[in-house]
Amino acid sequence: MRVDAVVDARADARADACAPKHEGRRVSIDQAWAVLDTVPDPEVPVLSVRDLGIVREVAEHDGRFEVVLTPTYSGCPATEVIAQSVKDAFSAAALGPVTVSYRLAPAWTTDWISDNGRRKLREYGIAPPGAAAGTVRFHPRRIACPRCDSRETEQLSAFGATACKALYRCVACREPFEYFKPL
Amino acid sequence: MTSIRLQMTAPLHYVLRIADTCLIHAQRLAEWCGHGPVIEEDIALTNMALDLLGQARALLTRAALIEGEGLDEDRLAFLRDEDQFFNLTLVEQPLRKPSAHAAGGDFADTVLRNFLLATWLKALWQRLATSSDAELAAIAGKAVKEARYHQQHAADWVVRLGDGTPESAQRMRAALARAWPYTNEMFVRDSVDAEAEAAGLGPARDALHDVWRAEVAEVLAAATLALPAETPFIATGTIGRHSEHLGFVLAEMQVLQRTHPGGRW
Repeated sequence: MRVDAVVDARADARADACAPKHEGRRVSIDQAWAVLDTVPDPEVPVLSVRDLGIVREVAEHDGRFEVVLTPTYSGCPATEVIAQSVKDAFSAAALGPVTVSYRLAPAWTTDWISDNGRRKLREYGIAPPGAAAGTVRFHPRRIACPRCDSRETEQLSAFGATACKALYRCVACREPFEYFKPL
Repeated sequence: MTSIRLQMTAPLHYVLRIADTCLIHAQRLAEWCGHGPVIEEDIALTNMALDLLGQARALLTRAALIEGEGLDEDRLAFLRDEDQFFNLTLVEQPLRKPSAHAAGGDFADTVLRNFLLATWLKALWQRLATSSDAELAAIAGKAVKEARYHQQHAADWVVRLGDGTPESAQRMRAALARAWPYTNEMFVRDSVDAEAEAAGLGPARDALHDVWRAEVAEVLAAATLALPAETPFIATGTIGRHSEHLGFVLAEMQVLQRTHPGGRW
């Protein structure tokens, strides 16, 4: 796995938006981002890879797109599936060949999940993550139930069906739910 | 298939020690898949195994580049013989009983080892995150977040069982007595450590001791478990001399690639 130089993708995106660019290129980059909106996370399919905050950069060189991704967890088996899904989606949208590369630093954090992504998670029944930065104990013990909003909830296990989630249950509505752990 | 032999250098040796520790620890934890005491713990153990495997893969990929002879993570994992693995000896010790009548293997061993190692790895990743090797630093910056969750989870279990019933406390004391002599190897300083430290590649193992011991002592105290007495025994897996158990781990892990070289899913 290659690690590129540390680049703040958001700064890049702002620079891209400000710089005068050839109209055709601008359109195709926008199209590429729109295609990425349709690529789901295989583990949490309500989220697109953009919602998840793993797309660092989209570039085009001589008609060939490059998508730079930051993997979530070191061992996440979805990483390879996502790369293939990106290639398939670009192909289906007739945007031509695409290179998918990875950038490990800075490490992905759940703080990069978009507000839209957080809303979708809640609607899907997964409590969205709290802020990752500055957390001493990694998850507050009282997570709001995504079904009934009660904070009378308890952790069943720190690890759920995937590494990124913990298992909880709501004492008020008696339903189990998953919590996306801050990372 | 013919084994590969590595021309060892200090940086390669240094990275392989960490990679192999993660890889063999992952392999042992994964043995719990389908056998956990409760389903939530079965899932937790295999989730942690997956994190460790991902860390090992990234490190083996880095090691292959340092080695420079066109190897890759798979060849390093599947084609090295026992004496070219450099993991801590603790991680290769058996965790699960192969049968109800076999000796050793207790969930207490799993809980305790996971805690001792997660605490050690967390301290290592924190320092490695400022490595002069940008790729190692990136791998560590990611892994440290995962190690914190592993440590937290394992520490919860250590306290629950150590300060639990007389039976669980007795088993935790026995597991601690079994594991403790192997922890000396976590803090040995040799020429590989010294070179890595001098080059800014990463910390020497002895630099991890104080923070590790403070965190371990705090959790053991909360678990009402006494720190065991020190022993002079120093295990030697990190220099390629292993206990009798590693060969069996490798036999299971490598058999497919040795029998069907280059086989893919």
